[in-house]
Amino acid sequence: MTHPARHRRRPAARVAAAAAALALVAPLAACGSGGDGGTPTINLYYAPEQNLQKVVDTCNAEAGGRYKIAYRVLPRQADDQRVQMVRRLAARDTGMDVLGLDVTWTQEFASANWIREWTGQDKAEAEQGTLAGPLDTARYQGKLYAAPKHTNVQLLWYRSDLAQQPPKTWDEMISAAQQLKRDGKPYQVLTMGAQYEGLVVLYNTLAESAGGKILSDDGKRAVMDAGTVKALDQLRKLATSGVTSPSFSNATEDPVRLEFQSGAGAFQVNWPFVYPAMQEASPELAKTVKWARVPGIDADTPSRVTIGGINMAVSAYSTHPAESFEAARCIRDARNQRFSAVNDGVPPTIEKVYDDPEMDKAYPMKETILEELKEPAVRPLTPAYQSISTVMSAILSPPSQIRPEQTADELRDAISDALQSKGVLP
Amino acid sequence: MSTNVTPGGAKAAADEAGRAGRHAAVPAQRTGRRTAKAPLSENKRAERRLGWLLCAPAALVMVAVTAYPIIYSVWLSLQRFDLRFPDQREFVGLDNYATVLTNEFWWTAFGVTALITVVTVAVELVLGMGLALIMHRTLVGRGIVRTAALIPYGIVTVVAAFSWRYAWTPGTGYLANLFGEGAPLTERASSLAIIMLAEIWKTTPFMALLLMAGLALVPEDLLKAASTDGATAWQRFTKVMLPVMKPAILVALLFRTLDAFRVFDNIFVLTAGGNETSSVSMLAYNNLIRGLNLGIGSTMSVLIFLAVAVIAFVFVKLFGTAAPGSDDGERR
Repeated sequence: MTHPARHRRRPAARVAAAAAALALVAPLAACGSGGDGGTPTINLYYAPEQNLQKVVDTCNAEAGGRYKIAYRVLPRQADDQRVQMVRRLAARDTGMDVLGLDVTWTQEFASANWIREWTGQDKAEAEQGTLAGPLDTARYQGKLYAAPKHTNVQLLWYRSDLAQQPPKTWDEMISAAQQLKRDGKPYQVLTMGAQYEGLVVLYNTLAESAGGKILSDDGKRAVMDAGTVKALDQLRKLATSGVTSPSFSNATEDPVRLEFQSGAGAFQVNWPFVYPAMQEASPELAKTVKWARVPGIDADTPSRVTIGGINMAVSAYSTHPAESFEAARCIRDARNQRFSAVNDGVPPTIEKVYDDPEMDKAYPMKETILEELKEPAVRPLTPAYQSISTVMSAILSPPSQIRPEQTADELRDAISDALQSKGVLP
Repeated sequence: MSTNVTPGGAKAAADEAGRAGRHAAVPAQRTGRRTAKAPLSENKRAERRLGWLLCAPAALVMVAVTAYPIIYSVWLSLQRFDLRFPDQREFVGLDNYATVLTNEFWWTAFGVTALITVVTVAVELVLGMGLALIMHRTLVGRGIVRTAALIPYGIVTVVAAFSWRYAWTPGTGYLANLFGEGAPLTERASSLAIIMLAEIWKTTPFMALLLMAGLALVPEDLLKAASTDGATAWQRFTKVMLPVMKPAILVALLFRTLDAFRVFDNIFVLTAGGNETSSVSMLAYNNLIRGLNLGIGSTMSVLIFLAVAVIAFVFVKLFGTAAPGSDDGERR
């Protein structure tokens, strides 16, 4: 390029640069003026849920201009959701107000001082009529840090044409499956055994059903008592009994559902989402499928089943806390929980919602769900849960190689390390 | 990936910058230079000061973007610092190093990283040399051959890794059932093989490019003389081409080794570290970003930094690899 050419271009370049600078600044200016004066915008960060926008619209209409909720959709994967929120909260981002937290994250966020305590009227409303299990997941050190929006619990789905009665215990289920195998019928016991949260959920269900404790009640110590050893033995038995699917050690929720739908399984332990999916994909099979409480360890003690779900929390860095609490309360109130249960299939946390006749159609299995929810198994309540879950799934995988006593010792050491921030995550 | 600079490219860029600088400086400083010829220490000092002043912005930027994060992570690695327990932050000395260096997960990951580094670099060297010879000797469609060979290197790693993942997943992929039933990405040995394959596929063209630059250094006369003396093709390759190319080969190996040691994206997408396929970078990410444990995570980052420094030291000091920008054969 020659010099004269450069000279000639300069004025044009300057104009362009000035225009670009203006274009960059203009939206910022617009933002600044709109933020404080008018209606505050409450940014709701929540996992994708098909009809949540309708709930948000309802709440916005009711707010009558006091605030306006904007639904910001988080990534689909739980891990990605957590990483996004954690990264922004660690940077004290004021752009997040109401957060949809997985039940296992509430203690972590509370301990890191990222979310606000629920007090006074807000607290009273969040606790009123809410099932005890989900409410436990929202507490940290005796204080309430979130309001449960929905919960979830796994059920046993079985083929009534292959088994007349649902098995009461895992051993009973395994021998029933072995008998079916000998008779040349579909026999598989299908559930999640891959190295991920799903395996920890399965183990937690077994451990709590056996009366075992993974953590001490204050959440500060690893326990791993006789009950948890028994659960390890049960998990190994299941994995080596020859009745699981060949891909058991790599199975996650949806592949398990598909395998059952393809007709290979006699029993499936999975979340309620499999029910509508099955109605749609294989209605013939669906007619023979019934549900029951997840089997227990021994016949006289009913099982305790791990609960999932989402809690609503308010960011510590929110600039509109009062409105945020109000918005969170609205999104999880009884009427909206019913709407979400019917339209999005997420089980409510407020007990009286289950009485609504509309629920019968969406949740024919609502009695069983409610029964399990009243005596639930909660995953270890500690801020270090994420680390504990990661090391547990690594040590438990593959389940066929568990050696109960030794694995329990390994788990105890790894969980202790994780609680003291000493653990290394795989 | 971003640190890959061909030695020729870096040198050319430096030369060009030098020339441009000189052109710009000459008219302005001509008078200054003339007077500087007199042995006036005052003037010399002023000039040196000016030199420092001119360097300062660049040096400050370097400190801000490189030195500060490194020093800060060393500082973090000496603390118990977990974002989830903000009240329990304390200075723990070298405890974190003891924790990491006695941990089984760390050494498994280290082994995986070392294996991937050694295997991929060795295979890439052989394949890259072959590809370089082909590209160097191609007479017809030289441009097309070179462009085609470079395509894998041009594709974004994460995107390529996703297509590898789908290819090896039963149901979506055409490669999954190549070796019988089953999901190859769910077992350790086959996952590692696939990760290495993806790495080799991606970076062989880059290796070939570096080696082709080395091939250009081999004088035709030397090859002709050797062949007149009766040397076979293999002898010409091992006795003439390889020794002349040695600096280029070592630079290529240095770059690829450093790069391979930091392997992350292929593993992240293909297995996410399942079945003990985590590399050290993956492990540092898991502990730092997902585990929120700044102490342990920073310790790992510092250890990775040290490992990379050792690799570079071995190459530069022991093998006499010329650092990019310096003349061939000159040691630094």
